[in-house]
Order: sequence, then structure tokens, then C-alpha cells
Amino acid sequence: MEPIQLGRGDTEFIRKVEEESRQVVKKCYQCGNCTAGCPMSFSYDYTANQLMRLIQLGQRERVLKSRAVWMCVTCETCTTRCPNEIDVARVLDVCRHMARKAGYGGVFNNMRVFADSFLQTVRWNGKSHELGLMALFKMRAMKPFSDLSLAPSMLLKGKLPYLPHRIKGRSEVAGIFKRFSEQQLKELHAQTTDDKKPAGGDK
Amino acid sequence: MAEKTFAYYPGCSGAGTSIEYDKSNRAVCEELGIKLVDIPDWNCCGSTPAHQVDHVLSAALGARNFAQAEQLGLDTIITPCPACLKNQHNALEHMEEPGFAERVNELTRRPLTRKHSIKSVLQVILEDITPEEVAKHVKTPLSGIKIVPYYGCLMNRPGKSMKFDDDENPMALDRLMAAIGCEVLDFPLKQDCCGGAAGVADNKVTSRLSGRHLQVANHLGADAMVVACPLCQMNMDMRQAQANAYYGTSIKLPVFYYTQLMGLAFGIDKSRLALNKLIVDPAPVLAKIGKSAEEAQA
Ligand code: SF4
Ligand code: SF4
Repeated sequence: MEPIQLGRGDTEFIRKVEEESRQVVKKCYQCGNCTAGCPMSFSYDYTANQLMRLIQLGQRERVLKSRAVWMCVTCETCTTRCPNEIDVARVLDVCRHMARKAGYGGVFNNMRVFADSFLQTVRWNGKSHELGLMALFKMRAMKPFSDLSLAPSMLLKGKLPYLPHRIKGRSEVAGIFKRFSEQQLKELHAQTTDDKKPAGGDK
Repeated sequence: MAEKTFAYYPGCSGAGTSIEYDKSNRAVCEELGIKLVDIPDWNCCGSTPAHQVDHVLSAALGARNFAQAEQLGLDTIITPCPACLKNQHNALEHMEEPGFAERVNELTRRPLTRKHSIKSVLQVILEDITPEEVAKHVKTPLSGIKIVPYYGCLMNRPGKSMKFDDDENPMALDRLMAAIGCEVLDFPLKQDCCGGAAGVADNKVTSRLSGRHLQVANHLGADAMVVACPLCQMNMDMRQAQANAYYGTSIKLPVFYYTQLMGLAFGIDKSRLALNKLIVDPAPVLAKIGKSAEEAQA
């Protein structure tokens, strides 16, 4: 890991993570229990306990640009085993939300594209649709769907309906998504106007 | 025994990739006197992707389902799917936090008017019905087959929030499978994550994780794995070939939903258990049951 300049942490970032996750990240004393049980560590750049330390130090960019925030599968092993009762999985989920808002993990990030494609099918139909999801994912990830080899046996077993099940209340569900997107835009706008003010975050 | 009635949330995969779970679950509940009333016009809970994007959005999708359940006058929803359970359980829990429900209502524009709860069908069978009662429904004990119970990570973690079974060493499936006559093996990976939905984006991740479960089960001499989660089932069964390719193994381990085996033991018609939907052929294992009963010939 690159050396970290102490005393240059983003305190606003620490406050936001703690507020949004309702967890006291300060309580982490680096016992490493979270990392010991984490099934995804092999795919992380920073491990769970390292991420907790980076958050404590206000290292916003390192955390939000990490691969780990996208790879965590929210299995909650860490949450279950943290002696300080920190919901580590929730903290990481909140970091993922912030990374997404900051525009990190672009279209080539498979995990992000998967989430987007899945939600798009829900927005359209009110329910998810696996075949539609596969098609969207393939288009957006701009690479062949890695599971294409599974499709024939799934179709044979009648497990991949061609057409989505559409619910009657789908406009209501679409409304939830629409208002959510509007809120996000507003927030983004407020943030960019904030950024134009003299900086005070990097103390 | 008095019938117990619940609002039922089947979840999206119940109509597709886990159709055999939904079918066998309905059949088993009927046998055990658990009445399932489908939530009218329910929507997708948003699954993993929704909570990865935003917790308020995720809770709003769940809240619409609770609002729909209010039309039934039933306050407890039960669902077979741990992912649907977890998401909607979190929705309720987060809505108890100051200011959160208001943010959800802004999205749904349908504030909830009653108090709700959600639990797994497994919890209802274990706690409300009990393994002792389950044993009384058995017509053909599934003796002669050895199984490993695989719980996955979502159903009862963390314990202080999910309040069901043990969050490090769950026993619900062990006890129910023993009640129907299976030999239950001690499975050290019973709650280790299979990679969940990560396989859709990168199946090397799920292969790497689920391959270990399959190998350990194999070493223990298991005839089959028993699960309660559609994601676990998919990763272990549909993706078994991927895991074999990843590790250079050639394991053929059938992966049943626990409700399918319960249905078999109860003598429920096989067509209602949709055993033909499993990818790894369960026939050789089912034939072993024949050693103790004539069931296998059917
Ligand atoms: S929730 Fe994420 S960080 Fe925690 S153990 Fe699971 S994969 Fe690792
Ligand atoms: S388990 Fe808790 S205290 Fe220990 S390193 Fe992880 S977050 Fe910190």
C-alpha cells in the first residue's frame, strides 16, 4: 500500500459514512476477524479491515476507488463476527453507494453493470427477468455473457421464460425508480454547486 | 391441527430458475397445514442489486410489497427465498431508524399503516410446526441417503437481527432432514458463502467458492446436498460443471431443495416436487432410498 499522509484525511467522508451506515467506524480496533472470514478477500485490493482503517483515516479516494467495494457480496460474515458489533457489510454497502454516485466503477465494472441491468428489468416489468437481464448485461458489458453456455440447459428445463412476467402495478414501481433518479440528480446538482465554494473538507 | 395462514412472497426466481422450490414448497406447506396467500400483484424486492445501489430504494421496493399485503389483512409475510427475506427484513429494520421511513414514503407515496414482519418458510416449519410434527407426516423415511445441509449465508446472519437459529452453526435443516429419515452429515462449510449473485458477472468467483463446498461434501461421502436458497442451489447445481472445470474435478452431486426431500418423504406426488428441473440428475440417489422402501421404483 502507498504511504498515507496522516492529518490529511477527509473528515466529511468519515462523517458521511458513519451517518449513512449508522455505524461507529471509530470503534474498529483492527482485530482482523472480518477479513479472516471474508470469502471474497481473494479478489480484494484492500481487505475488509484495511478498508475500515482507511475510512477511519478519511482516505475517501482510496476507499471509493477500491475494487473491494464492488466485489463484496454482502454475506455478512464480517458483521456477524465483529467483536465491536460494527455492521461492516453495511459500511461497505454505503461506500459502494458513494462510489457509484461519484461515478467510479465505470461500465467495464461487471458488478456494477449487473446491478444496473437487473434493476432496469425491474423498472420495466415490476419483476426481474433473467433472459432480459442476460441480454442487457451482454450489451452493456460489451463482452459475451460469461454464462451463455448455461442458457440451453436452462431453456430445456423451462427455467428461463422468454417473456417477462409483468405486474399490473408496474407503473407504480416505475414511479419509485423515477423519483429515486430525480432525487439523485438533485443531490448531484447540490454537490456540484457545493464544490464551487472554497474547499473546507481536506483538513 | 389448526391451520396457520400467512401472506406469501414467492420471489421472482420462483417462476423461473427455482420453479421447483416454489412448487415443492407449496405442496409441503399444504401437507403441513400452512396456508399461503399470495400477495396480490407483488413486485421484485430488488434483490442484491437494489441494496447495492441504495438502501432507501431497496426498502421502497419492499415497502410496496408490504403495502400490497395490507390488502390481505395479514401482517406476517413468509418467503422461501433468503435473499428476498433479507432485503425485506432489512427494509423493515431500516424503517425503524429515525427519518428512514419518511425517505421511503417519498419514493412509494404509500405509507404503511400497520406493523409488519417477514420470516422464512423454513423458520415457520421449524418453530411453528416443529421437527417432531414433521416426522408424523412421513410415509417413506428417506433412510439410506447421506446428505450435507447447506444453509448459505443470508438466512440467519447476523443473529441479533435475523433472530432465527444460530448464526454460526445453524441446525434447522439438520433437524428437519433427520426428521424425515436422512442421514445428516456434519458439514463444516454449512454457512460459508457460495458467491451469491456474483456468478452472473463473473462465474470464476462462484466456481472458486462453490467448488470447495462440492469437494468437501464429496470427501465426506455425501449422496446429495440439501439447500434452502435459490442462489445457493443455482451455484451448486447449475454451475456445478463450471466449478468442476475450474478445479479439474468431476463431481456429480445432486442438490435438492429441502422441500423436495420433505415432499418425497411425505409421499407427495413427484410431479408436484419438480425433481426433473434439477440439472445434476438425482435418479441414482433416489434409487438408494429404494433399499429401504419400494418408493424408488416409481
Ligand atoms: S460482507 Fe463483504 S466484506 Fe463482509 S465477509 Fe462478506 S464479502 Fe467479505
Ligand atoms: S472485525 Fe470489527 S473490529 Fe475487527 S477489524 Fe473488522 S471491523 Fe475492525
